Amino acid sequence: MKDTVVEKLTARFSESIEFINEYRGELTVVLKKKAIVDVCRFLHDDDELHFDSLRDLLGADYYRPDDRYEVVYNLFSLKNKFRLRLKVRIDESDLHVLSVTSVWSGANWQEREAYDMFGIVFDDHPDLRRMYMPEEFEHHPLRKDFPLMGIPGSLALPRK
Amino acid sequence: MGMNSATEGFLTTRLDDIAGWARKNSLWPMPMGISCCAIEMMSFAGPRYDVARFGSEAFRFSPRQSDLMIVAGTVTYKMSHVVRKIYDQMPDPKWVIAMGACTSTGGMYRSYSVVQGIDLFVPVDVYVAGCPPRPDNLLKGLMEIQKKIERGEKPGQREKIYIEEHA
Ligand code: SF4
Repeated sequence: MKDTVVEKLTARFSESIEFINEYRGELTVVLKKKAIVDVCRFLHDDDELHFDSLRDLLGADYYRPDDRYEVVYNLFSLKNKFRLRLKVRIDESDLHVLSVTSVWSGANWQEREAYDMFGIVFDDHPDLRRMYMPEEFEHHPLRKDFPLMGIPGSLALPRK
Repeated sequence: MGMNSATEGFLTTRLDDIAGWARKNSLWPMPMGISCCAIEMMSFAGPRYDVARFGSEAFRFSPRQSDLMIVAGTVTYKMSHVVRKIYDQMPDPKWVIAMGACTSTGGMYRSYSVVQGIDLFVPVDVYVAGCPPRPDNLLKGLMEIQKKIERGEKPGQREKIYIEEHA
């Protein structure tokens, strides 16, 4: 299955793939940011690959000068019982990436979570609001430069 | 209450005392069960620990019918507004038990999202230690509230009570 996935992806999207990595039997494909929806749509719709399940979508902050953030997509094909990980890298200067809600609608809340925690903006998302923190909160708590105890005064308590 | 001449078929008391006596034996808790401590709160209400012995078996899910709020769980900043709103809707006199480490001090959650002790936004009468406290510890907390009422303390003028954890 692994070879089929790699073959099909490189045949169609060779210029969108940054690199492909295999570690302990886990296949990871790092993609260029703008290709993400096309690749996902292809993986989802292709009859043979059939990645029908988006198991997880998450943000990550590596706190490095270039390409500080990553969005990770963990896919699973129920038909082939095969897992695939996609990654896109996001630079601090441009925090936008296209939403994959048009492919898997389950991405809706997961993208909202990544937006809430890291401030990554998912374009074309139907309802990009904060997931956990209050609407009026201005920071993104899972960023590495956010202090563990929070920023005093940034979250309101009720009046005593 | 003075039990004067009970043998003669009457007794004298003050209205405050008899109201306090009635109140203390029918505290109706508002179960503010927010996380894991709420499981122990359920067991405190269940047949084994049997809070009905103290007249508090009627858990009211409407704040307007309750006079004791048991806050059992981790209170986040987002939830704090809800807790305060429910507290505000309870009729006076009302009492608050902070059950568990999280509610009393933030507990193991020293983080940006958790309020470091609910006394930052509601007045607390009794703190019950433990993570989670055993139901008998919570019973002790309830009995302390009853003693406070018996002594005629008003919820405003509080002496804080801390229930230690027993081995
Ligand atoms: S004190 Fe312990 S048991 Fe209670 S809510 Fe906190 S973590 Fe859960």
